[in-house]
Order: sequence, then C-alpha cells, then structure tokens
Amino acid sequence: MTNHWVDLANSDCLLIMGSNAAENHPISMKWVMKAKENGAKVISVDPRYTRTSAISDYYAALRSGTDIAFLGGMINFILEKDKYFKEYVENYTNASYIVGDNYDFNDGLFSGYNKETRKYDASTWSFKRDDKGVPEKDPTFQNPRCVLQLLKNHYSRYTPEKVSEITGTPVEELLKVYEMYSSTGTRDKAGSVLYALGWTHHTIGSQIIRTSAIIQLLLGNIGIAGGGINALRGQPNVQGSTDGCLLFHIIPGYLKVPRSSQQTLEAYLKEYTPKTAEPQSANWWQNTPKYTVSLLKTFFGDKATKENDFGYAWLPKADDGKTYTWLDMCDVMYSGKINGMFIWSQNPAGSHPNTNKVVKALTNLEWLVHANIFNNETASFWHGPGLDPKKIKTEVFLLPAACSVEKEGSLSNSGRLAQWRFKATEPPGKAISDGDMVYRLVRKLKELYKKEGGKCPEPILNLHWDYADAKGKFDSHKTAKETNGYFLKDTTLKDPTGKDVNFKKGDLVPTFGFLQADGSTSCGNWLYCASYTNSGNMMARRGKEDPTGLGLYPGWAWCWPVNRRVLYNRASCDPSGQPWNPQRAVVKWDGSKWVGDVPDGPWPPMSDKEKGKLPFIMKPDGLAFLFGPGMVDGPFPEHYEPYENPMGKNPMSGQVSNPAIKIFKSDMDKVASGDPNFPFVCSTNGLAEHWCSGSFTRWQPWLLEAQPELFVEISPQLAGELGIKNGDRVQVASIRGEVECVAMVTPRIRPFKIAGKTIHQVAMPYCFGWLIPKSEKNYSTNLLTPGVGDANTMCPEYKGFMVNVKKV
Amino acid sequence: MDVSRREFLIISGVFGAGVGLSSMGLDLGPVKAYADQLKIDKMKTAKVTTSICPYCSVGCGLIVSTDTKSGKIINIEGDPEHPTNEGSLCAKGASVYQTTAANPNRLTKVMYRAPYSDKWQEKSWDWAVTEIAKRVKATRDAGFVEKNDKGQVVNRVETIAHLGSSNIDNEEVAVLNLMVRALGLVYIDHQARV
Repeated sequence: MTNHWVDLANSDCLLIMGSNAAENHPISMKWVMKAKENGAKVISVDPRYTRTSAISDYYAALRSGTDIAFLGGMINFILEKDKYFKEYVENYTNASYIVGDNYDFNDGLFSGYNKETRKYDASTWSFKRDDKGVPEKDPTFQNPRCVLQLLKNHYSRYTPEKVSEITGTPVEELLKVYEMYSSTGTRDKAGSVLYALGWTHHTIGSQIIRTSAIIQLLLGNIGIAGGGINALRGQPNVQGSTDGCLLFHIIPGYLKVPRSSQQTLEAYLKEYTPKTAEPQSANWWQNTPKYTVSLLKTFFGDKATKENDFGYAWLPKADDGKTYTWLDMCDVMYSGKINGMFIWSQNPAGSHPNTNKVVKALTNLEWLVHANIFNNETASFWHGPGLDPKKIKTEVFLLPAACSVEKEGSLSNSGRLAQWRFKATEPPGKAISDGDMVYRLVRKLKELYKKEGGKCPEPILNLHWDYADAKGKFDSHKTAKETNGYFLKDTTLKDPTGKDVNFKKGDLVPTFGFLQADGSTSCGNWLYCASYTNSGNMMARRGKEDPTGLGLYPGWAWCWPVNRRVLYNRASCDPSGQPWNPQRAVVKWDGSKWVGDVPDGPWPPMSDKEKGKLPFIMKPDGLAFLFGPGMVDGPFPEHYEPYENPMGKNPMSGQVSNPAIKIFKSDMDKVASGDPNFPFVCSTNGLAEHWCSGSFTRWQPWLLEAQPELFVEISPQLAGELGIKNGDRVQVASIRGEVECVAMVTPRIRPFKIAGKTIHQVAMPYCFGWLIPKSEKNYSTNLLTPGVGDANTMCPEYKGFMVNVKKV
Repeated sequence: MDVSRREFLIISGVFGAGVGLSSMGLDLGPVKAYADQLKIDKMKTAKVTTSICPYCSVGCGLIVSTDTKSGKIINIEGDPEHPTNEGSLCAKGASVYQTTAANPNRLTKVMYRAPYSDKWQEKSWDWAVTEIAKRVKATRDAGFVEKNDKGQVVNRVETIAHLGSSNIDNEEVAVLNLMVRALGLVYIDHQARV
C-alpha cells in the first residue's frame, strides 16, 4: 500500500476492484465503513456480486480479465471530459516528456517486438533527451509526441461502446463508475484504489495495476490522505518477505540480483545505480552502492573487504534475462533436473496452478524438506489420490514449526507497518521456530564444509552467522539489529543540516542516510534501517498519539521507510509545499521544514529551484511515469485476453493474449481457447473462513464447520441451461484436470454479453484438498488452473481460465 | 468455582470444538485432555502478551492469555488498543487459538518418509539436521556451476530449489535469505508470486 489501513477512512471515493475486501480482509471494512459514514462513495467492480459489493454504493460487473479495458475506458473518459488535475499532472508526472521517434504502436503490438523471443526491445520506448541527458519536455502539451498526447491517442480507442463489448458491462454502468471516480480529480477530493489478487492473478496483472496508477496520477490521488494505490495483499508477512526479497530477482531492500554479466561489484553497481541529469531530482537509488556494500557486510562480516569486492564474487549470479520463478522451477522439476527442495510454510500442491503437474514434479525430487505447523498436501504428496508410494523415490523431511504466538519477531502488514509479536508460550512437543531450524542447519553445513571441504566453500564458511543467544537458540532481537545495521568502526558523519555526528563502533545505525559504501557500516536491509536503534525496538512501540488527526499513529510500531506512513507525501502539496487540501494535510512546508508525516526527504519543496526536489524520489528523473518504459510488455497498458479465453480472439486488436508472457511447453501444459468443450470462464477466489489453500484452516474445527467443502457458483441462467439445481453435485473440468463439488446456484453471478454473444462465468474457492478432511478424491481447484503467468511478475493466471461444468 | 463469562466461552469453545467435529472423523481425545489440564480457578494468574494475527496482512492486534501454572494458552482475542482493528477480529482471527497447542492436529515431532515407503517415521532433530545437511551438501557439490556457457563465473546451484515463506517473521526471512544465497541457490520464490 502507498497508504495504510486506517487511512481508508480519509477517502471520498473508494474503488474496490480486483478485491473482495469484505471477505478476504474483513477488518479493512471498519475503515471503509467509516469513510462511508463521512460521506464517501464506495464502488465495487467484480465479476461476482460479493460481500464487498453488498456494502458498496455502486456495483458494476465485468468479465474476468478485462480490467485494463474497463480502466482504459476511464482514462479516455478523464482525458476527453477534461477531468484531470492539471497542476498535479503538469508538475509531478512525465506528461510533458517527448517520446523518441522509434516508439510506435500498431494493432496490439508496441515497437521493438521480437516474435521468436517473445520479448520487446524497450530501447524503442525511450524519451528524447538533450545533450546533457535531460528529458525534452513540452509543458504546453501541444507536441503530438508528448506523453499526454500519446496517452490520449492510445486510450481514444477505449470508447465506452468498445469497452462494453469486451467487459460485458453495460455502457451506462461504465459511465456511472467513470463519473463517480473521476470526481476525485480536484484538489479537495481523495480517491483510493483497493486491489488484491483479483488484479495480480492475470497474464496482464502488472499492467492492470499500472492502469490504475495512471488514473490515480491523472486525478492527483497519489501521496495524499485517503488516496493511493493500495495492494491489500494476502499473507501475514508477504510485505516483509517481499522487502526481505526471498525471491529470485531481488536481494534485501529491492536491490537487484547480481547477473552473470556483472562479474565485479563495480560492474554490478554501474549497471544498477541510476544517474540523472535532471537538476531537481533526488534520484534516491543513487544510494545503491551504500545499501549494497552494507548488505555484503551483513553477509560476510569481517571477511567482506574492499580488497575482495566485499565478497561479491561469492553471491550466485543468475543468467541475464532468465527467470527462476515458481513456474520455471516447477517446469524444470517436472523435467527431472532439480534434485532437492526446501519448502517453508507453503503448500504448492494446493495453492499453485496445474496441481497435477506440481505433484508430478514433486515425485521427481530426491529429497524435500518441509517446515510447517500442520501437515499438508505438499508434505504428504507421496500418498495422495492416485499415487502409489512404493513407486515414489522422494525422501521427505517434515519439520514441526512453532506457530505465531510461540516465538518472537516482527512482521510487516500491507501498510508497511512492521509490528513486533511476543512469545506467549513454548511450542508443543518438539516443534521449534523456523529461525531455529535455519540457524541449526547453517551451523551444521558450516561444520561439514569445514571438515570435508567441497565446492566453493567460501560463501558458507565466511557467512557471518551470529544469530543465536547464549543458549544457542535463534535470537530474533539480535537478527533484527543486524537487519537494522551497525557502525563497524568509530565514525564521524554529517547530519542533513551539515552538523557533525559521532558514532562508535557497535552503535546501531539511526537511519539509512548514514549508511556507507566503504564497508564501515553493515545493514541487512536498508529499508528497515531505523527499525531497531540505540533507542530500542521501534517495532514494539504502542504509542497512540495522532497529531495530524489522520490516523497516522506515528508512535505505533514502525513503518518503512523511516516511519513514513504515506509514500510520496510531498505530492500532497502544491509545488510551494502547501497542501492541496488543508483539511487533510499529510505534510506541509512551514517555510523552514516539513511538518506532519515523515516527508519524502528533507529538502524544501520544488518551487525552491536551488535546493528543492521533485516528489517522486524513487524515479531517476523525479517524476511519476504515465508512460512507463520499464515494463516488459509495453509503456502503456493494453487490453489482451486471458491466455485461455472464450472467443479465441481479442475485440481490441489482432493480438489475442499478452505477447510477452512466457509459454511453457511440457505435455502437461495444455490450453483450450475458444474451445467448445470448455465454454465457461472460471475464476478462483478466497473465503473469509479459510486461508489460501486452507492448509491451516482446514485443521481448525471452528472454521471447517463454517465452510466444509468445495463449491462452484453458477448463475441461475447457466444452471437452467445445464439442468443443475442448487446443491447438486457437479464436475468442473478444464483441459488440465477435473474436480467434483457442490453447485451453488446464485444470482450473485450472471452471464455477460460479450461481442454480441452470451458468455457464462463461474467461480470457485481454492482452499480445499484431500488430506483434511481426508478423502480419496482431490478437491483442489488448482487441478484446473493453467501454469502461465504475468509478463512482468510471472504471478499465475488463476482468474479467467476456461472450464466445462456438468452434473455428476 | 467462579467462572466469568469470558472463561465460560473459553471452556465451551474447547469442548464445543470437540463435539462439533466428531462427525468429521477427528480424534477428540487430546482436545479433552488439554481442557482437563486447565485449572479454571488459577486463570486469574494468566500472563498477557500481545501478538499480530497470522493471516491476511491487515495486521490486527491480538491479546494472548497464558496460564502461568500450566504454561498453556487459554485465550486469544482482539487487542482493543490496536489502531487498526480496535479489538475486532474476523472469523479466522478469532480462531487463532486453534493454531496453538490446543489443536491436537499440530505437528509436534520430526517426521521422515524414506524413499518408496508408505509411512512416516518419527526422528530426532539431531538426526534430521545432520541428514538434511548431508543431502544439501551432496546435491550442491554435485550440481555446482562455477561458470556458465559464456565462461562467466556464476557460482550457483540449479539443482536445489527454494520456496517460502510469507508466513514467517522478518527475522526468519533474513536468515533464510542469507542461507539460500550462501548456498548459491537461484531458484528462489515464495507466496508473493502466487
């Protein structure tokens, strides 16, 4: 979230799309309802009429996977009706930049496309720059190659009629939503976008979110109270584990993973440290060397020296341009080339797409280590339905883990708030915390490599491993301090006002502004620097003061970065630092300093041409990107059909589905588009009583009793056509698998008119399996879903795939 | 015995859960045994700690009460001081109690499944840590790639994969990350991408 949960109450209009917050984030509704009490309007856009729709002021249905069309129509509406917030767009976005002559767009394809590699050459999307490298601009927006004109041109194709033909949403409903939401494009109104897996679970997921970002920028809704783009997310610490970068493409603090072509630290830093010629840009990522070297010092301690590149060579290098996501690893495992695997508290045999392929891939492993608090379908895959254990070689180590209240540590919520949990009791039996397991395993590996030697032992032997207490148990306080970072020698540095500050060796670094690139500081994650300082554990704070009256609660726990509660908050003010809306001032320049929330940097507002800085400090040139050349599938979002789709064609262009997605070609990756055998669109969804694949919640009587088994939601119209009654047992099948369940015939879901044809959609939760409740049949909905992912993130397309439904 | 309303709810919850689920084939003996060990008259000595809900990432505050005599958790409820949930909890949050030792379905032993076996065997931690480390080392040493096809030094291992987790603490994420990178793994992913 750019903003935070309580801030939802500050909004005038909440667009909840790609999320059923009332079902999946129930407590968020406390703040949505508070906004409503204050007069805000709530819009729910969803293929199903959900619990969220039920409390909304306005509901519109759309076919799964057509969100870019829906939102592209809104961009067109905003520009055509002149609803955008001009001062914001002029000053804070790249609307005035001139795009280079090589950029082009034709029939669904952007310039630079290579059909063989399915990749774009994004250099054709670059901006025109002058001799010094400063982007050329036209503040009058008259130049036909300026971003605003290209934006207008691109989305002029998204007329209400065309959008309706794609989404199935009637034109008058589209216009109603556009009118309601674009009313926030003024200085005194705030509009908030709330999304979750309903947007990420598409082959165009990242670009759906970008479309919403364009809308929020046009309406001046980023940086303000009650605004923002708010990813509700769906796991207790998915924010923290993403910040901590347990992901192939990034290392802690969103630093990029080293690639094979970067053979030295210098080459790595050269490629990943952005430069700018824009005089007023803060270009925050220019600090990349400080964060990287401090991280290497956390990795290798004293063994990381200037002479050995701080141990950079010991980090693994991923091949340039190659992805190593779950979808990739599952495919490689399926082909038998992965021998061992760790899975920590995750249940891919229930929660990952194309379950039949997942399970087959698991049988190819020699060993699997799995840690969890309950058994699940992944740890027990070898005796699942249809499998003969006597034919499966995989050794499985199932490790009993402590649950959340049996250990101490922090977790970060969607609002980037890191909160400390205390230990209430010891874990039962022989269960221990995941941290203890990792600590013990690394200690053993170090022992083995020391004794026996082995391939490239240096990173293991030299890994700084001081994470235990006096009794040899994993120490979360010690680890949190390492994450925050230390001064490694006595140092004198200047604070932002230019005054000298002295630090002693062993002091905790008070904030990332003091991190150094010379090896004199360590820091496990620069974003968490300031979370645990000499003043104590900031994440455990319980202060309830609310000086702005906006619910920021700066003394409650701790928020990254540097306890800033609203990101890009200087954009909530005009260029002279005065709030667009003084009634809801997140920050304000008082002539000598910012007051309110922790500002996005200490510099004066941008109207101070000498010292002032532009507000979007994470972009090299300081402005937000309406035109985004950093995406792999185009600088403007474009509607493409889901990989599996009902018509086999795209009403918008000759390009049916996203041209930049990776296609897996194993015999188990079948697809059925425009196939009469699989005529119905299906999407998966969550339930309030279960969590993800249900691997925790199905073991809990209170919850299982409330939602005991798998069902499919079917419209009365489709049920009538198929002769299915409410409560009948039915089979739902895709080309990849089938599953049996109960039919729930409900007007919550209804047919769509798409390009003159009736298209039916059905919906299923995905929280069931076979281990508990114990069954001979597998009730995993993911037996149906396709193993294909978004072009940018490779998040799988769990929504908008094709199925058939029949009575059993 | 003076039982308050809250205590009554705890007791009926512990027993009620058992009765409701007997029809689903779960073994209810341990639930009753757990309840029997709680000394209701000693509950006023409960220790209170705060926690955060382990589910959806709203990050609601919890208050956990632990019986100081038996060391057992006797209640978990919403934290009224918490600025986000102000004491409220959803169905899952209100059931966090059932993720604790009060739930007989919890894993409490190290379990091992041998190749081609049709059953789990109980093992010790020392055995498991040693055997896992041996396998990691053998697989890593056999599959270690020092240079790629272009001759670039890559020091990586493509034969071991890693998944998870967004369901562990930040500090656990931190050490896990150090481990997987030190081993040279590149197939690294977790729930953020599903």
